[in-house]
Amino acid sequence: MDFSFDDQQIQFRDAVRSFLVVQAAPELLREHWETTDSGRSPELRQKITEQGLTALSVPEAYGGLGQGDLDWVLLLQEVGYHGIPDSLSDAAYVGIGIVAALDDEAFKSEWLGRMCEGKARLAISHPLNPLVHDAQIADLILLWHNDEIHAATPDQVSLELNPSIDASRRLYKLTWTPSDATRICDAQRGQAIWAQAVNRAAVSVAAQMVGLAQRMLDLGVDYSAQRKQFGKPIGSFQAIKHHMADIAVKIEFARPVLHRAAYALQHGDAQLEAKVSHARLACAEAALLAARNAMQTHGAMGYTWEADLQMFMKRAWALESFWGDRLFHKQRVAQSLFAEGASIGPGTTF
Amino acid sequence: MDLNYTQGQQQFRATVRAWLEANVPAEPLPSFDTAEGFAAHRSWEAKLASQGYSAVTWPKALGGLGADLIQWLIFEEEYWRAGAPGRVNQNGIFLLAPTLMEYGTAEQKARFLPPMATSEDTWAQGWSEPGAGSDMAAIRSSARREGDEFVINGQKIWSTRAVYADWLFGLFRSESGSSRHHGLSFILMPLDLPGITVRPIRQLNGLPGFAEIFFDDVRVPASNLLGGEGEGWRIAMATAGFERGLMLRSPARFQKTAADLVALYQANRERCDGDPAIRDAVMKCWMDAEAYTLATYATASRLAKGAKIGAEASTNKIFWSELDVKMHETAMSILGARAELMPHAPQAEGIAQWLDGFLFSLAGPIYAGTNEIQRNIIAERMLGMPRA
Repeated sequence: MDFSFDDQQIQFRDAVRSFLVVQAAPELLREHWETTDSGRSPELRQKITEQGLTALSVPEAYGGLGQGDLDWVLLLQEVGYHGIPDSLSDAAYVGIGIVAALDDEAFKSEWLGRMCEGKARLAISHPLNPLVHDAQIADLILLWHNDEIHAATPDQVSLELNPSIDASRRLYKLTWTPSDATRICDAQRGQAIWAQAVNRAAVSVAAQMVGLAQRMLDLGVDYSAQRKQFGKPIGSFQAIKHHMADIAVKIEFARPVLHRAAYALQHGDAQLEAKVSHARLACAEAALLAARNAMQTHGAMGYTWEADLQMFMKRAWALESFWGDRLFHKQRVAQSLFAEGASIGPGTTF
Repeated sequence: MDLNYTQGQQQFRATVRAWLEANVPAEPLPSFDTAEGFAAHRSWEAKLASQGYSAVTWPKALGGLGADLIQWLIFEEEYWRAGAPGRVNQNGIFLLAPTLMEYGTAEQKARFLPPMATSEDTWAQGWSEPGAGSDMAAIRSSARREGDEFVINGQKIWSTRAVYADWLFGLFRSESGSSRHHGLSFILMPLDLPGITVRPIRQLNGLPGFAEIFFDDVRVPASNLLGGEGEGWRIAMATAGFERGLMLRSPARFQKTAADLVALYQANRERCDGDPAIRDAVMKCWMDAEAYTLATYATASRLAKGAKIGAEASTNKIFWSELDVKMHETAMSILGARAELMPHAPQAEGIAQWLDGFLFSLAGPIYAGTNEIQRNIIAERMLGMPRA
């Protein structure tokens, strides 16, 4: 029994963190989000590729690093902390997971190879998400159809842009016609692949949420140290301290749930869905409280477009219903917890 | 990361489970806040100690099993699963003992720990005073050094288990004219010394679960000083760390309550499901009890690799105490009109644990440093926010 990460995992996480601090500073991201159609930066994607992130979970046989969910769960917290848009996690983590599970070798070689080289963007259309993000600039869109997996390029579908309050998001209403030509996997095999993809995506969202919570906590603590009222930094007042401490408590008890969910994904688990959804709910709770309390701590500054806090707050609001909303995840926990003969109580956690 | 128990850990669990199944009293013992119940719990502790089970993490030579933290968690899971009695000497075994092991002399360890393990000596704590609650550094009770003795004067209050306990550990001002954290000493003394008066205080449930203690020229041998004279604050903070940290409230306790709450909800589902908030609260309680368990395993794993427990101990205390309140509040709303019934009421059969537990849970956010103080500690020491 060892519920901790090894040094190599921590070191890789730290390296990615140092990289993102420099390359994904808020002012750089905001410029892409606010001034370009796609919201994405080819230069940043190229640098991320050089860091190895797009090859991370590509199997070694296809030229990747063959790393698993436990490695990703640490990195995705950094991805969330720095407000990196969804296209990275859904392509390099969730999307690659889908492609790598397919049987068609030629298809796999082509797309996994291109992903490793940073020369492909994947988008995913799934009924949990009524709109598809980054579909316009995707090189390939993976589509759910009655548990089958289909693949199309943006010119084969029709896309209608729906702007989001989260300026990082590029959401499209996607209309298409499934055909034998687009089908790449049948429903029998597809069902398991989609189920794993949904769990993986939920862990991805959860990890980003806890990263966002940490970012908003840090922003709140920093702001409260600088802002003075009544002749003192407002961070010296208990009312502000307790707002921040409450976020810290939520984060402290969301992370272990998240890490256990990632472990369950990587190693398989009879209660996988409930464990993933629990993580998703706990991490979302931390992020939403962080948004609320950090904004209150910022006072009127927190209500401005100018303060960076808004980027992270809006990410958290959007992610709250991405890859399954609260109702969806609560129902999955309830199904497991209230099942006849459910094994609960002391000694049943592992 | 490997979330499987080793064969040795599984074997340990099986051994503990078998012993508890054979030995846990069939009927719950009377409350340890009654004379009869205190004696019954003391006997139970002696029985536990005969197996090294009263203090599994202590070295074997002192009456424990030399268990590591994962084994401790396993033991606690089995203990709560078995519905075994509450721990009457927890102030000694879980709070004072780790401090004694770190700061005590060899002579003090040999003298105090073995009878603590068997509960031949039971312990109460003497921190708070009428003018020193959350502001513990305002302590005024004094310990004046006279040769080989300290002469103790003053008053302590809210001293848990002091009505029936044998010994007291606490903080006293040993340097006259000193203020705040300076000049305090950590002193141990038997509660039957001349000059000590223990006056019981009835708690919400009507029982004398704590007491106030008056000291009138009480003479205590200087050999009962723990650590150096004037170093009491630092040593007390270490004790408070253990209390808020791992040892006082193992996750198994809350998992047991959460599982009982799920069962209570299932048994009353027809009535409860008219109010979706109840199902929601039950689920949230269970998830939080799991989260506390997972967080504790993560901490235990980090400590095993050489990390030190820090200000996250304060997040623990907030989390488990608020969870405990939430679980019992939820149970009270499920019980509806029966919730108010005293445990011995004829119509309270089968639900007596909930009112008792509800009242006890309400103390959680207050004792061991109020949750407001914990939030200050988190803000200042974990987040580096400026002091007031």
